[in-house]
Amino acid sequence: MSLFKIYVCVKHVPDSAATITVLGSDRIDANVTFLINPYDEHALTEAARIRQQHAPAEVVAVCLGPSAAENTLRSAMAMGADRSILVVTPQDHDSIFTARALKSAIAQDGEPGIILTGKEAIDTEGMQTLFRLAANFGLPAATNVVKLQLQDAAALVECEKESGAVDVIRMGLPCVVGAGKGLNTPRYPTFPEIVKSRKKEVKKIDVAALGIARPASRVEIIELKPAVENRAPRALTGSAAEIARQIAAILKEEARVI
Amino acid sequence: MEKVALLIEFKAGRVKKANFGMATLVRRSGKAMCAFVVNDSAAEAQAALEPYGVQQVVAIRSGGPGAAWDPARWARAIAAAMDRFGITQLVGLTTPQGRDLLPRIAAQLDAPLIMDCLEVDLDRQMVKTSRYSGKTVATIRLSGRHFIYGLRGNAVEAQKAPVAAERLSFDDTPGGDGGFEVLETRSDGGEALNLAEADVIISGGRGMKSGENFRLLFDCARLINGAAVGASRVAVDLGWVPYRMQVGQTGVKVNPKVYIACGISGSVQHFAGMKSSGMIIALNTDPNAAILAHCDYYAVADLFDVLPELKRQLTASMSSAE
Repeated sequence: MSLFKIYVCVKHVPDSAATITVLGSDRIDANVTFLINPYDEHALTEAARIRQQHAPAEVVAVCLGPSAAENTLRSAMAMGADRSILVVTPQDHDSIFTARALKSAIAQDGEPGIILTGKEAIDTEGMQTLFRLAANFGLPAATNVVKLQLQDAAALVECEKESGAVDVIRMGLPCVVGAGKGLNTPRYPTFPEIVKSRKKEVKKIDVAALGIARPASRVEIIELKPAVENRAPRALTGSAAEIARQIAAILKEEARVI
Repeated sequence: MEKVALLIEFKAGRVKKANFGMATLVRRSGKAMCAFVVNDSAAEAQAALEPYGVQQVVAIRSGGPGAAWDPARWARAIAAAMDRFGITQLVGLTTPQGRDLLPRIAAQLDAPLIMDCLEVDLDRQMVKTSRYSGKTVATIRLSGRHFIYGLRGNAVEAQKAPVAAERLSFDDTPGGDGGFEVLETRSDGGEALNLAEADVIISGGRGMKSGENFRLLFDCARLINGAAVGASRVAVDLGWVPYRMQVGQTGVKVNPKVYIACGISGSVQHFAGMKSSGMIIALNTDPNAAILAHCDYYAVADLFDVLPELKRQLTASMSSAE
């Protein structure tokens, strides 16, 4: 039986708790803690689960990022990926280019049985790379997946929508799945798994070697500014009843919502 | 004249309110507007959107077997309608439906897309959006042959400018299913207002002490038109309320006129989901809670004392308004 290849695309993102400093006018100081995009952890956890049910299978983590993204791939391997591919690039890319690079790196490596990734990245919040990747492969895709079941040649998924509604979707395999938070509880690695991940393979490919022409469609950051906060907190004091009265007055007169 | 298309979103047969701000944004650009309505009532859309300056409503029929709602089929039909009507710019909402449709359309057209836009300049194809957990604001330029924008809920205040609209229709040729089939859409009866579109959000955190106590928040929210109840990650992780109520970095990003935080300390990740709120009011017993330094009004007080009083005040103001 041939090996079922599960590709998981991960992104190397600044820790959401990090202090972000803008350098120049269009980029951030990258000298902060970076880690694996939280939604991608759900994708990895699910990939490890599928591998068990679909043996023989392997999980390959794929990332487009700077050399330092090797750390993110080590985390991915500690969480269950068997090996990984890092497409090394010195700069940030938009989702249009990223999806082309990921497609090219995966296609070079093998034939995907299924591709998983997080529903969005917490730094750029583009929410679209998975759909572009799917379109580049000509595959179906679903996002905010909270339940995934493989049956023969299809994936049965549940996608969470608003107010608790879900779409139940059947996709032919291979397909692209955007993991939502409800999909599982990420399984954090044990110390032996972390040690073992250091010996696993990270194949590095220079982005230039993929020979991707600059797409005519793109998005560019013209300016990046720290978000200014111009709130001047004012205290409401007095008894509970007096505080409630002031809040009601603010809602009515200042905010005009009641 | 160049026309910009609006992707109209319905809920339970009605045009969602958030569409009106979107129409206002496009009308102010001075460009002609055409509203795309997929598999829903164009008559209802016409009646709802004429007051906001929409001159044209296109009823798109996305046929084929299977469910009425099918994001893959809808995206193909919308891209085809853009082609048919010579549309190069499409504006939609950053709602769960928009998140499922806009990226599919962008992927199909290989067109640039920015979601969650705070401002959109349709003349220069430039937008403003937040990046890095709301810690920065980016100005982004889109290049390509088509341009797609997902607007953040409540980013533009709706303003009326009535016109008469004409109605057109477009039937998409049903193709194959592309290996994608919606079997069913299930609702667990959550008829509550969607957080991302609420005008007022009352959220609870660790200070609520139990899921049962969220009743205090729902009691107040019921008395405010367009109010919804949210929660911090702690309250969700403790199992007090469902994940869909979570506001923050890995929950819903909201943009209400007023955000009332009850018993929420105000982590960076929580702020990432609500910092663009028009007004923030915080209730916390801890005078050192981070949120007290990043809000508009705060009270160092016990929410269990204040909320019942607030409910009384809201009830009184409701009856005096009648």
